Amino acid sequence: MSDEQIDDISGMSTTGHEWDGIRELNNPLPRWWITTFYVTIAWAIGYTIAYPAWPLLHSATKGVLAYSSRNGVNNELAAAEAGKGKYVAAIESKSLPEIAADDTLRKFAIAAGGAAYKVNCTQCHGSGAQGSKGFPNLNDDDWLWGGKAEQIEQTIMHGIRFASDPDTRLSEMPAFGDLITADQIAQVSAYVASLSGKVKDASLIEPGSKVFAENCVACHGDNAKGNREFGAPDLTDAIWLYGGGETAIAAQVRGPKHGVMPAWLGRLGEAKVKELAIYVHSLGGGE
Amino acid sequence: MGETRIGRLEASPANLSKTRPTRYAARKKIFPKRTSGNFRRFKWLVMAITLGIYYLTPWLRWNRGPFAPDQAVLVDLANSRFYFFLIEIWPQEFYYVSGLLVMAGIGLFLITSTVGRAWCGYTCPQTVWVDLFLAVERAIEGDRNARMKLDAHPWTARKLVLRATKHAIWLIIAVATGGAWIFYFADAPMLIGQVFTGAAAPAAYVTIGVLTATTYTFGGLMREQVCTYMCPWPRIQAAMLDENSLTVTYNDWRGEPRSRHAKKALAAGQPVGDCVDCNACVAACPMGIDIRDGQQLECITCALCIDACKDVMDKLGKEHGLISYATLSDYSANMAVATAGGSSTVNPSFVRTDEGKFSDKLAQFHIRKIFRLRTYIYLGAWSAVGLALVYSLLARERLELNVLHDRNPQFVTLSDGSIRNGYTVKLLNMAPEPRTVVVTMQGLPGAEMSVVGIDLPAGRSFAVPVEPDRLKMLKIFVSLPADRLGGAAQTFKFRAEDKARFEADEYTATFSTPEITR
Repeated sequence: MSDEQIDDISGMSTTGHEWDGIRELNNPLPRWWITTFYVTIAWAIGYTIAYPAWPLLHSATKGVLAYSSRNGVNNELAAAEAGKGKYVAAIESKSLPEIAADDTLRKFAIAAGGAAYKVNCTQCHGSGAQGSKGFPNLNDDDWLWGGKAEQIEQTIMHGIRFASDPDTRLSEMPAFGDLITADQIAQVSAYVASLSGKVKDASLIEPGSKVFAENCVACHGDNAKGNREFGAPDLTDAIWLYGGGETAIAAQVRGPKHGVMPAWLGRLGEAKVKELAIYVHSLGGGE
Repeated sequence: MGETRIGRLEASPANLSKTRPTRYAARKKIFPKRTSGNFRRFKWLVMAITLGIYYLTPWLRWNRGPFAPDQAVLVDLANSRFYFFLIEIWPQEFYYVSGLLVMAGIGLFLITSTVGRAWCGYTCPQTVWVDLFLAVERAIEGDRNARMKLDAHPWTARKLVLRATKHAIWLIIAVATGGAWIFYFADAPMLIGQVFTGAAAPAAYVTIGVLTATTYTFGGLMREQVCTYMCPWPRIQAAMLDENSLTVTYNDWRGEPRSRHAKKALAAGQPVGDCVDCNACVAACPMGIDIRDGQQLECITCALCIDACKDVMDKLGKEHGLISYATLSDYSANMAVATAGGSSTVNPSFVRTDEGKFSDKLAQFHIRKIFRLRTYIYLGAWSAVGLALVYSLLARERLELNVLHDRNPQFVTLSDGSIRNGYTVKLLNMAPEPRTVVVTMQGLPGAEMSVVGIDLPAGRSFAVPVEPDRLKMLKIFVSLPADRLGGAAQTFKFRAEDKARFEADEYTATFSTPEITR
């Protein structure tokens, strides 16, 4: 305190800090203030005893209240799970039309199905269910195996061409590259393309329709509208799983590709599959 | 061999107890003396009004019809609605509250620049409650001298009873204060029953507990310490005051030289001011300061010293106003007169005529001083914000439409080649009555809407009921036939209309299409 400075006017000592000629007085603190300060220190020490605080070599002190944020999250998750319980039970016991008729259950199913979709389905069908080449778009109104909620449920439960599920949806288009000539393939492709758009060489359409009648109507139908019994696509609409246009159609006639979808019942359980069916049905194309 | 002489070094211990500065000051107890007069009466009035507003407001009823609460002022946190008489505010309209806070801020500048810390002295809750607690203390323990005596007295049964009574009443006031607060957040008549039967929410009891503790501690125990050490306003006010602001001022141009023995001094030919150094102003001060030391940050300008000094001046037969509301410019002008332009110490003979009247050279406060550029600017800003708020309140729609376009996927091709876009449409019915809202599409010829969950044929317009005071969320699909497609994206309008109330809102939405058409 040898270099203590005294303020002339008040006679108080100063801290030595000066701003624009104004010096800070070293006024004594009110005793209650400093007491409060000590209380906060005591509180902080108590806090480190009550709660996890001191780091040890491999862990940290647990605190006498045994608080853990992980336990907190687990408890909240368990509470959320328990809260969902009655809805999930109701969805399990009710049929799809019953669920759809109940506003609360329907909303719950759409939300829960949406979450399950994000985890299990986006890998193939895309995060917006928009699909891609070979993977159907679930938003549109074109359904290979049917767009009613029950039909969607059936597809999700047992999958498509999923060998280990005996109830799986199964069909296979023969590779016509071995059965008809290349000319016939070009003709039938032109005919199919002409059903929904324009073709380069209109003279191929007439012979193509004959090839179609001989080889394709068994599955795709006389009018080429397809058949959902076999998952045979409608060839007259604007939606093409493996691409529209004569070239893509010809490739599919020659050596068709067949997508595989796994069966989900065993993995997700009945309630989750129903939720997913209602969610997919709600995307805008449901029938 | 001479004697070894050892000189004395100039040294002293650094922590010599005599020179050791005190780091922690014990609080000096303050026993404010009762005063009477205009300012005291005004403070009672302000206290009655402010406490009345605080305690009674939640109990006012306001009929909003069967679909909204009938409490005039209600902060409904559970439903996130704020009701204030005619006005109902949704969370997204919180800017009205911001506007009110801006007005409060500018209003505080305006008041402070004209009449100083009037907020501190009269209307601040801390001041009002301390005043109330002091009134209780005086009623039970007596006025200043009795209280000082009681405080110094050893503990006896009487002291114990008096102190216990005082603290009990303080606690009752504190509980009532905390209790009144919660009624702003729920239906008051229902909540009061729940509070007393233990059925209210834990948050209600915690709130009462916290506010009881703070009211009792700040109003009863800490009092002036809150203003001096905890509140930032005393620091801010220095920037708010100027030389034309009215503040409580000791007019030493007429008070000095103060004297306890005026007659003796006069007889000795010494100049004598009006101040008889009776300390009435110090005894009356709830902050425990001496106003005669000039403006200081502890002063809350409650003006009780003016009342105290006025009584003394009456007894002496002198003019009121030794302590008065005065501006710094008037004060400085009068000091210049009293000191002959600073060439001498204060001399009372300079400010009085030979007959003992005040000299007409003295400056008097004039009301014109309140109306100056600075206060005009504050008043202008305050009014502008206020008018803007009133205008937007009067002009605001109680029907709102928000639209969110699906981003993933942006569009869907349907089997007939048409393109479909999805929209999440939110209809906000902000009126407390059920309404039928007609949603219409404008533009995008050929396109049609369908609504998920509502069984309607696709069309360009549909009516939907919306619950009172609620938001209705709709999922709308808009489809455009293949032969109407043109360009990458087109805009169109959603229009929501309540034909009964002539209210409507529009939203311009985008319709996305495949950029390359097959």
